[in-house]
Amino acid sequence: MDYALAALSGVFFTAATYLLLSRALIRMLLGLGLMGNAVNLLIFVAGRLTRAVPPIVPAGETAPILGANPLPQALILTAIVIGFAMFSFLLVLAYRAYQSLEADDTDKMRLAEPRGGPQPPMSY
Amino acid sequence: MVSFSTYPGDWVIILPVIVCLVGAALLLVLKQVREVQIPLALLSVGVVAACEVALLTRVLTVGPVSMTMGNWLPPFGISFTADLMGTSFALVAALLTFAVLIYLEMDAPDRAKRDGIYPLVLLLLAGVSGSFLTGDLFNLYVWFEVMLISSFGLMVLGGKNVQLDGTVKYGFINFLATTLFLLALGLLYGLVGTLNMADVMLRAAKVDPAAMASVAAILLLAFGIKAAAFPVNAWLPASYHTPPAGISALLAGLLTKVGVYALLRTMVALLPASRDVLDPLLTAIAVLTLLIAPLGAIAETHLRRALGFLVIGGIGACLAGIALPTAEGIGGSSIYVLHAMISLTALYLCAGLIEKLTGETDTRKMGGLYAAASLPSALFLTLVLAIAGVPPLLGFWPKLLLLEAGLDGSGIVSGVIDWARWR
Amino acid sequence: MNTLIFRTIAPLLVVVMLVFSVFITLRGHNEPGGGFIGGLIAASAIAIYGMAAGPQATRKAMRVDPLAIAGFGVLLAALSGLLSMPFQLPFLTGLWADLHLGDTAVAISTPMFFDLGVYAVVLGSISAIALALEDSGEDG
Repeated sequence: MDYALAALSGVFFTAATYLLLSRALIRMLLGLGLMGNAVNLLIFVAGRLTRAVPPIVPAGETAPILGANPLPQALILTAIVIGFAMFSFLLVLAYRAYQSLEADDTDKMRLAEPRGGPQPPMSY
Repeated sequence: MVSFSTYPGDWVIILPVIVCLVGAALLLVLKQVREVQIPLALLSVGVVAACEVALLTRVLTVGPVSMTMGNWLPPFGISFTADLMGTSFALVAALLTFAVLIYLEMDAPDRAKRDGIYPLVLLLLAGVSGSFLTGDLFNLYVWFEVMLISSFGLMVLGGKNVQLDGTVKYGFINFLATTLFLLALGLLYGLVGTLNMADVMLRAAKVDPAAMASVAAILLLAFGIKAAAFPVNAWLPASYHTPPAGISALLAGLLTKVGVYALLRTMVALLPASRDVLDPLLTAIAVLTLLIAPLGAIAETHLRRALGFLVIGGIGACLAGIALPTAEGIGGSSIYVLHAMISLTALYLCAGLIEKLTGETDTRKMGGLYAAASLPSALFLTLVLAIAGVPPLLGFWPKLLLLEAGLDGSGIVSGVIDWARWR
Repeated sequence: MNTLIFRTIAPLLVVVMLVFSVFITLRGHNEPGGGFIGGLIAASAIAIYGMAAGPQATRKAMRVDPLAIAGFGVLLAALSGLLSMPFQLPFLTGLWADLHLGDTAVAISTPMFFDLGVYAVVLGSISAIALALEDSGEDG
């Protein structure tokens, strides 16, 4: 099962990289979202998959002794929340950029660094 | 449950972050009350700086301070750990934010103030302080993201088209960098079974060095993007000049330096064996960054874009220190970070002043500035000389340290660095 | 989107969703639920109202700026963590107290206030984003 999930994570990375190589903002955004999922899956596998009991701390103990590893799940939960916030912010940003600059092609977004900008003078 | 009783003085390690967050929250709630915004922001940053001074004195007297959240044992509880490097960086960051806040009150566009520039600055400082003070790699990732999302907000605030363009480039590439950071953390967790920095340091030596080196390589790529090191530096001059000058100064002074700090932390302290494997690569990156930055700055006519290349140059010098495996190299690198934070923030603020005085952003049209306003132009000259490393000024000393470290090292590697340092 | 059926149903749906979101948040300590998911449900309620009545009317109906709600949430969460300072316990340590109401004892704890803070943060920030998206939809 570990190997299958690791391979799946690899497939996700491949697709995400392909999407990120695009020049369209929306595709890049989808690529980033997909890459976030690939990483989450990877963390999940990195925590080892077991058929163990839920990680509940017995009375009088300080840490769960038996049971699934709760830490990767907490990490993934945090990463999902953060990824969601970033994704929605970038979505609004890309949409605003699309409206104001009338472009979702990064090749056409050259306002901040104009093509063929002025050269510095040869001497002052 | 084990009970940790805390010494009340230990709270100064967590207070900088908490005060920033509480300050930002209060400012958001009181968004309509415009008069309280700047005093409250200055008060919060002042309290943060005071806490960090207290923390620094404590670190200097009793050594590193640590606190674990929520009474949970690591690895479940998250630790904050302050040592000399992190604390001094955090203190300088707070002082710089204080200065930038005063500049913003004078200079920021009214719309940016109304849309909440001050809460975002405080949130940014929370992210930066958290990154410098945390003792857990995953927590470092969280603070990176806090920092990132507030810097997005700051960069786009005001909503000019050029800002949208810059923020899109900045946002996408930096989100990719933090995703790569998370990827490296996942692999590291799989290898050593913990993300607490102290634990990683203990266990990393027992793991397969090849696997560890690949984790370190991904970390290098992620923090390299964040710090704008050579092959992945194009986003910085494309975005840092778009927001108002005060915001540019804050971003240039703090954000890339957090990337360097993370590299220092992970490469030097946590995974020294992998750093040795990656040393030739680090050296090449450092030298190329040092070379490309001044060339870019010479070819640029937009004042603040040229300064963007100087930011990259500073990163090159810091990376050179990380590539030198000696204590002087590391020391030089961390002192260089302090110098770059202070000098570059000041330089950007000065550039903002000059742009305001002349009404131009193009260096070719700024002729006769000294005759019109001698003080800002003399200040600018002094700061540029400080960045260049002219002796009595701040930039000279870390460069001297780096140079000494380079001469002490043997072989072609350090020879190349020496040559690059004399460029 | 703006059909008569939707506009009639939306306010009722919003009421049910808001109540349900509070329920989900409060049961979250020991059962599935919690502040994040509760906040998401509440934010989707706001988004639905925004679709039916328009973003301007939604802002007016909320009375408070969404980002101010988020700020209040951060404040609440931070203060619930700071409460452990006088007890000489580390930041964010859970403190519990029982509130006796007749025969039942209601557990009041700092994790609950932290969760309510998370609820407010998520509700505020996500509805701000949703309203921003709906805003720009109207312009374009």
